[in-house]
Amino acid sequence: MTARVVVLGGGVGGTLVANLLKKSLKSDASVTVVDGTGMHLYQPGFLYVALDQANALWLTRDERTLLRKDVELVVDSAMKVDAAAQTLTLGSGATLPYDYLVVATGSRLDREAVPGYGDTHDFYSMAGALRLREELRRFKGGKIRLGIAGIPYKCPPAPVEFVLMLDEYLRKKGVREKSEITLLSPLNRAFTIESASKLVQPLFDKRGIELRTFFNVEAVDPVGRNVTSIEGESVDYDLLVLVPPHRGSTVIEASGLGDAGGWIPTDRNTLQHEQQPRIFALGDATNLPISKSGSTAHFEAPVVASRIASLIRGSAPKEAYGGRVMCFLETGGGRATSLRFDYAHPPVPPQPSRFWHWAKWAFNRAYWVTVPQGRVG
Amino acid sequence: MTITELAPTKTIDARGMACPGPLLNLIGAIRQGQVGDIIEVISGDAGSKTDIPAWVAKAKHEMVKIVEEPTFARFIVRKAR
Repeated sequence: MTARVVVLGGGVGGTLVANLLKKSLKSDASVTVVDGTGMHLYQPGFLYVALDQANALWLTRDERTLLRKDVELVVDSAMKVDAAAQTLTLGSGATLPYDYLVVATGSRLDREAVPGYGDTHDFYSMAGALRLREELRRFKGGKIRLGIAGIPYKCPPAPVEFVLMLDEYLRKKGVREKSEITLLSPLNRAFTIESASKLVQPLFDKRGIELRTFFNVEAVDPVGRNVTSIEGESVDYDLLVLVPPHRGSTVIEASGLGDAGGWIPTDRNTLQHEQQPRIFALGDATNLPISKSGSTAHFEAPVVASRIASLIRGSAPKEAYGGRVMCFLETGGGRATSLRFDYAHPPVPPQPSRFWHWAKWAFNRAYWVTVPQGRVG
Repeated sequence: MTITELAPTKTIDARGMACPGPLLNLIGAIRQGQVGDIIEVISGDAGSKTDIPAWVAKAKHEMVKIVEEPTFARFIVRKAR
C-alpha cells in the first residue's frame, strides 16, 4: 500500500521536506502539502522591504511552482489533528488520513498579548513591513526605539541588523543628526551570541546607536508615548518598532499537540514529536531552544525527510539533526558577517566584510531556485 | 524548602544552543510562566554564570540555586512576581 505523508505548511521547511520525500520515495508514498494561502513568503526579505531596499513582489511566489509536480498541494486551513485516528480535518470539513504528519506551520504573531500594542510598528509581517516603510519615508527625525516584546522570536539577529541598517538609511535621508536610535536589548549585550556582540558593539559606538540592556518590553502607552519593561523601567519614543510576541500555530493548540506557547515538544536529534511517533516537526514549530529561522528549517528538512523515508521503507532511520544553523548578519554600509554553528560548535563570526554582504545578497536572490528544491545543503 | 517544592515547573536544556542561548530561553520561560514557577536552565556556556544571576536580580526574581556539574551548570530560578 502507498504510504501517505501530509505536510502542514508551505514555508521553507514544509516545501523542502515534501520535495525531498517525494524525490526519494516516488510511487511508494503520496505527499500532500496543506497550506492556508498557497503563497510562499520569503520572510528574511521583510527587513529590506521596511528599509526601502527591496520590492515586496520579490518576496512571494505561488507555492505550486516551488513543489514537484507529483506533490499534491491543498490550499485550505488545517483545523485539527487527531493523532489517535491519524487524520487531519481541514477548514472545508474534509478529512485527510496520514501515516506520517510533518508539522511545519511556523510562528504566529500575537500582538494582542502586549497591552497598548495598538498600531505600534514591526517588520515581522508583509503588512507590518510595508506600513513601517511608509512611516520611515515620512520620518523627519526623533527618537526611534526598537524593542523585543516576546521570546522566542524569529531570526534573533534581525533587531541588530535593523538598527544598523536604519542608521545608514537615516544618514542617507539627511535626518540622522535629528534622530536617536536605541536598541532595547533583552540581554546585557547587543546580541545573544557573545562573540557576535563583540563585533557589533564597536559599530554601535561609532554610529551613535544607544544600547539599553536588560529591557524586555512588557507594555506600551501609545498616548504618553512610553514603553515599559518587565524589569520595571520605561523609555519614551517618537517611533516605536517592536518584535511582536510569537506563538505556535492555532492547529497545534486546537489539537492539544503543543506546549504552553503552542510549540511542538520535539526531540532535538530525531525531530519527532516526543509523545507522537508518527508526527515530526521542524522550523519555528518546534519547542527546541534554538534559532527560529529559515536556516534552521532548511538544515532540519533533510533529516525529517530521510527519517520518514526510512520508516516507510521499514529500515532504521539513521540521519540525526546536529543543531546546524547558518545565517548572515548585516552590519550596514554594505558589510555583513556570518554565523555558523551546531550543538557541538559555537559560532566564530568573521569581521564584517563586503564578501558576506554579497553572499547574503546572492543567497536572497537565488533562494527561489535553490532552497525549496534542495539544491543547496 | 523541600525537594518537592524545588521540582522544576519547566526544564530547558540549552546546552549547545548558541543562539538564542540560555538566558534568552530563561527570560522566555519566565514571561510565559506563573508566579511561583520553578524554572531550571541547563547551560554549558561560561557566560551564563554571570549573565543569568545578573538578569534574575535586575528583574527581581529569585536565584534559588546554581548546581555546578563538570561540564555544565544548572540554574534554578523562581518566578517571584
